[in-house]
Amino acid sequence: MSNQAATLQSAAEYGTPTRRRVMGLVFLALAGAIWFLFANTTQAGVATTFTLNPGGSQANFPNLVFDTLPLLHALAFACALIGAFQLVRGFGKRTNAVLGLVAALFIFAFLSWVASGASLNLAGLLRATLIRAVPITLGALSGILCERAGVVNIAIEGMMLTGAMVAAIFGSLYGLWVGLLAGVLAGGLLAAVHAVLSIKYKTDQIVSGTVINIFSIGITSFISAKFLARYRFLNNPGIFPDIQIPGLVDIPFIGPIVFSHNIFFFGLIIFLTLLHFGLFFTRWGLRHRAVGEHPKAADTLGINVFKTRYTAVILGGMMAGFGGAYFTLGSVGRFDEVMTAGRGFIGLAAMIFGNWNPFGAFGAGLLFGFADMLAARLAILGVRVPSEFLLMAPYIATMIVLAGVVGRGQMPAADGQPYEKEGH
Amino acid sequence: MPPVLELRNITKRFPGVLANDRINLTLNQGEIHALLGENGAGKTTLMNILYGLYQPDEGEIFINGQQVQVHSPTDAINAGVGMVHQHFMLIPVFTVTENVMLGDESVKVAGVLDRQAAAERIREISSAYGLAVNPDDYVRDLPVGGQQRVEIIKLLYREADILILDEPTAVLTPQEADDLFKIMHSLTERGKSIIFITHKLREVLDIADRITVIRRGKMVGSTTPKQANQSKLAAMMVGREVDLSVHKKAAKPGEAVLAVQNLQVADDRGQVAVDGVSFTVQAGEVLGVAGVQGNGQTELVESITGLRPAQGGSVRLLGEEITHADPRRITELGSAHIPEDRQRDGLVLNFPVADNLVLNTYYQEPFSKGAVLQQEAILETARQRVTNFDIRTPSAETRAGSLSGGNQQKVIVARELSRPVKLVVASQPTRGLDVGSIEYIHGRLIESRDQGVAVLLVSSELDEIMQLSDRIAVMYRGKIVDVLPAKGASKEKIGLLMAGVLDKAKGGKTRKDA
Repeated sequence: MSNQAATLQSAAEYGTPTRRRVMGLVFLALAGAIWFLFANTTQAGVATTFTLNPGGSQANFPNLVFDTLPLLHALAFACALIGAFQLVRGFGKRTNAVLGLVAALFIFAFLSWVASGASLNLAGLLRATLIRAVPITLGALSGILCERAGVVNIAIEGMMLTGAMVAAIFGSLYGLWVGLLAGVLAGGLLAAVHAVLSIKYKTDQIVSGTVINIFSIGITSFISAKFLARYRFLNNPGIFPDIQIPGLVDIPFIGPIVFSHNIFFFGLIIFLTLLHFGLFFTRWGLRHRAVGEHPKAADTLGINVFKTRYTAVILGGMMAGFGGAYFTLGSVGRFDEVMTAGRGFIGLAAMIFGNWNPFGAFGAGLLFGFADMLAARLAILGVRVPSEFLLMAPYIATMIVLAGVVGRGQMPAADGQPYEKEGH
Repeated sequence: MPPVLELRNITKRFPGVLANDRINLTLNQGEIHALLGENGAGKTTLMNILYGLYQPDEGEIFINGQQVQVHSPTDAINAGVGMVHQHFMLIPVFTVTENVMLGDESVKVAGVLDRQAAAERIREISSAYGLAVNPDDYVRDLPVGGQQRVEIIKLLYREADILILDEPTAVLTPQEADDLFKIMHSLTERGKSIIFITHKLREVLDIADRITVIRRGKMVGSTTPKQANQSKLAAMMVGREVDLSVHKKAAKPGEAVLAVQNLQVADDRGQVAVDGVSFTVQAGEVLGVAGVQGNGQTELVESITGLRPAQGGSVRLLGEEITHADPRRITELGSAHIPEDRQRDGLVLNFPVADNLVLNTYYQEPFSKGAVLQQEAILETARQRVTNFDIRTPSAETRAGSLSGGNQQKVIVARELSRPVKLVVASQPTRGLDVGSIEYIHGRLIESRDQGVAVLLVSSELDEIMQLSDRIAVMYRGKIVDVLPAKGASKEKIGLLMAGVLDKAKGGKTRKDA
């Protein structure tokens, strides 16, 4: 019987003929783009070389070399075939998975075209993608923690920025671990302000978040200009070294990409798993989500809505602080003004794209991280596409997602609504 | 043996209102005790006090003879009190199991949910009390009756002995209400005690063991179904004699005002909801559309009023083709619409009453000159209408959302009928309203009909259809299965048609559909 319900649900979400056709046309358009934009501008006989060892890796894995044109034709053909099937029959429930597959084929075609007649370090690209996804996904996890309990937090950017600076200062004075802890606590402290404003005083949560963002930019820029520039020893924490997971790092190709990172990447993986398990398989998570969906129902069952929300927002702030510390202690090794550069906001986009699910958000974080990395690399490679366009691509994808093409996202029903107890 | 529950001298004041004034109530074990009163009489406040959502200003609560303090729902749950709220406290995106276990979860080590164990207990409760649910279903996929069963299971899961049901039948179809009454009996047979809050007189007489009537926060009296009858209860509730029957003269049908031909309409999912429906409504008659909710009535009304596109067929208003016309044009041609969901489609809750009263004419003289609204004229008209239609509001500038349901509906009726209309489309016009408001709105509809207006009445309350209609069309699965004159139509026959049983109802005549 539950299967029946699920089928009804999917029929509602995937079944409309319009949506099926739109998806089919999207697939065909991508096939056309591969054929006309990439294949048509590629000369026959040119080869693409992908290096499969990231830079600095000891492992020796042979390069992947192939003729560009036949591959592009094959990829275009595959996409067209999938699109035709989608138009005629439809993939039903698996439509979104198929969309992911087609997008992957398209990206692979794009990379092959970019690297035609040259060589591209594929392993390096993938590893850089993972690294760039770290702060974005941490921001998204912070958002998930808050919004699953019904509090909108657009101050993640500010919490990250403050966390980054505090981590740099304390890291310089007392060592990396103290710096990390201080960054996490700084994020938690700002989140506590947001929590009090939006839960106790029922301030508009967007206004409260905006105020915290502006405050963070102001205070960090001030301290940076006034003190960090003058007293250099305050801004020289160093960075966490990479950890090689013994055994796993020796797996060819995958090993150096996935199993050799600093603690921020492994921290992300651990938090991701914990949060997913916590939200969907524990008492804590059930109550947390209930408060975000229908706080009054939770209240009538004896769940303390306010306490749950305070915990959620403060934990979310600590997550953002951890993400902020990545910039100074995990990446650059010093604090620069406004160095988070909107990653907190992109994290919120990843959260929405990932449908308020930790692993969904990670997937979106990877996509955004990939675009971020590509824009930086391709500018160096001198590709014929302006890097600004590449930077725009994932956000255009986000807008398409938000418009409901991939299926409606399920925002927590009470997201952003302050809870008021009656009768007192 | 002491009563399972005793409330003594409960008093609750809200700013400017005495919501409960020294109310006493006793509940014996195995009893169904009905708490009867109009909307706003203080029934729900009293029960929210018992459930710990409100704190009383005075008074005491005894459970099984012991005085208890109920400061929160947790206290109430621990004392064995459970409540099904009028607006369900369910989370649509959770499964039945998750909704039931929330707040009282079965866990394995370290707070990890044990859904299996909870589902098992739900199945036990479900079979013991005849509450059919599947623990793995998502609540959003359940019909309203099913959601209500989940709410009741929530109470039983917490081993509540005293169950408070707040207006449980307000959202149910007649069949679902009958199922609920069976469930209520099976609960009391097993020693549970029930407080049944309602304003529907017939239900009280059918099911209650004892009846307590509350009016304006005060206890009016207690009685039993044997000693009471509908008009006596209505008089207690309202404080004056109420005429429950609708008096109307014989209809004088005139020309056809609304003509619907072979209309086809799809629902939100793109499925056929209205499947080739044809009928006419004549001037000076009420055509009632009977049917269990969800058989296409909503889509039919939305299509006629221009809110939902028709897939095929035609709708004509006084000979004008309006199948694809927009709502404003349909309104200007003389059609009035009293929508099914007054809060969502009938009013802008955050606007004052005055603005709500001109939502369909605000752009015309004298309410606008050019692009500028004429507040004076709007307010002046609003004040007149508030008086004419007996809308109980502190002022015409009061937010519409703060009025009671009955008065909100009167705002809509005042707006729609204060124009020279030719057709009134009224969808569930009295759902959730108190006796006084129902009486008033029925009177207004019949008045319109007597003035030569065509009235299309859609209702899932069979009594309402039978009382008001001159002809009755029965809808089943998107089709009109029969149209019959109201005079001489029996409730049983219409009930069978509503359930899709055609052969018996039509006396052996065969029909293809169904």
